[in-house]
Amino acid sequence: MLIRKPDDVRPSEITPETLYRNRRDFLKAAGFASVASVAGLGVSGCAEAEVRAASQLGPYDTDEEQTPYEAVTGYNNFYEFGTAKDEPARYAHTLQPRPWTVQVDGLVRDPKTWDLDDLLAGFTMEDRVYRMRCVEGWSMVIPWYGFPMAGLINKLEPLPSARYVRMETLVDEEQMPGQRRGFFGYTLDWPYVEGLRMDEARNPLTFMALGVYGREGPNQNGAPIRLVVPWKYGFKGVKSIVRISFVEDEPLNTWQQENSREYRFFANVNPNVDHPRWSQAREQRIGELFKRETLMFNGYADQVAHMYEGMDLRQFF
Amino acid sequence: MRREPFLKWVAKPVVFLLCLFPAARLAYDFFTGGLSFNPIDDVTDISGRWTLRFLLITLAVTPVRRLTGFSPLTRFRRMIGLFAFFYAMIHLAMHVIFGFVFDIGAVLRDIPQRPFITAGFLAWIAMLPLALTSTRGWIARLGGRRWQRLHRLVYVSAAAGVIHYFWNYKVTEPGPVLYIGLAALLLGFRLVTRMRSRSGPSAV
Ligand code: HEM
Repeated sequence: MLIRKPDDVRPSEITPETLYRNRRDFLKAAGFASVASVAGLGVSGCAEAEVRAASQLGPYDTDEEQTPYEAVTGYNNFYEFGTAKDEPARYAHTLQPRPWTVQVDGLVRDPKTWDLDDLLAGFTMEDRVYRMRCVEGWSMVIPWYGFPMAGLINKLEPLPSARYVRMETLVDEEQMPGQRRGFFGYTLDWPYVEGLRMDEARNPLTFMALGVYGREGPNQNGAPIRLVVPWKYGFKGVKSIVRISFVEDEPLNTWQQENSREYRFFANVNPNVDHPRWSQAREQRIGELFKRETLMFNGYADQVAHMYEGMDLRQFF
Repeated sequence: MRREPFLKWVAKPVVFLLCLFPAARLAYDFFTGGLSFNPIDDVTDISGRWTLRFLLITLAVTPVRRLTGFSPLTRFRRMIGLFAFFYAMIHLAMHVIFGFVFDIGAVLRDIPQRPFITAGFLAWIAMLPLALTSTRGWIARLGGRRWQRLHRLVYVSAAAGVIHYFWNYKVTEPGPVLYIGLAALLLGFRLVTRMRSRSGPSAV
């Protein structure tokens, strides 16, 4: 595992297209030119490509083909910048990731508003290669850059009465043009809210990402700080976080508020519990031709299944 | 029957090529990497949308003729309808080949389980007899009236198609709302003309 201290390496020193894998692996796997072109996108950054050997992978990393940087940063769901997949990449330049503050409140020893850099002080940044499964039925393999959430929770010292952590995205129509009322007066209700049970938040897989591919940013991936919960559908990964609250009751997350028949709180990846309108049994891995089977808890059952023992996953989906 | 060389040798081939253009463009983009990072999904979506567009064009022929007394598209309606089916087959093939990797059993089991897919299937199955009976032989065999009555299934296809489109989205988007509006307008026109022709002599 590549481990850097944040003060060792500044983001500007890291090449933008740090690629860990040989592009030939991608091209081999791809049949058609279109899929190959997705897979082969690493080409542009290949001169500076840095191949990370399997021995450098940590215990939580997957060794699957990593989705090319251009796809990871060019095909996003981030409705604050628009609902089309290419809109976040086109419009997220208006977001200013610094200076940035994070309000910490609720059942916590010292409620206060942190400057992000103070909040990050003392954490060792690392890379985590996780599968990411979107509720819409597509998936990627993304090398995230950041630190485990458990450390953040220890630093913030929630009170024992805290049972959930609730997180909010920035609300700012200037920086996030997708938050303006659309043509039909329709958007989600802002701010975007997500939450986790405390044991989920403390799970060693749960990760606070500052960016992807070994560096901070880019904005469309949730800069300057976002949540990554690899065994849950992607929408749990609240982006551009400005508020963290420790609470007693289960937070009402945005997609549940939007449509509680289709989305609830847990959102654990589960091929056996379908979305009311479409199957969750298979997924389109970006860069592949045929859909592949979706794994229980997105393949992280060993690390997380114990947290849901005895729960009816059809009811708590 | 009077031969119409212009129609046969110029107009029809031109319309044919126009209808084929979206598919050619899609194939070109697919093989040259001109689509998004999820090209399989793009082909499914784009072919689905063209199915719907061609269906709605066939439905617009009669209202346009009734309202303006003139509709250049009347002569091409059958061809456009068949193109709707052609795009539906691309759409369905993507679903069966890449979505389910030829597991036909799983495809079939999936249909009644999800209203979204049920609606798409309904839209497709309603087009199937129309495509099969689109030949001159079948028109003669069924007779004009029965053939026309059968071809009212296109209303079912359009209605189910726009609902299928609407249900594909996580949130309400302008696209599907626009198509639902257009379909409602075109189907509503039939309803209104029927009611008028029943209730009085001033039929349009
Ligand atoms: C058995 C028949 C059908 C099946 C199984 C089916 C399946 C699907 C699926 C899985 C999608 C989602 C694609 C994706 O985004 O991943 C879709 C989208 C769509 N389908 Fe179908 N479909 C069927 C028939 C039809 C027919 C007959 C029409 C047109 C009348 C149609 C029009 C559409 C449209 C417009 C979309 C959405 C495109 C977009 O998102 O822009 N489908 N269909």
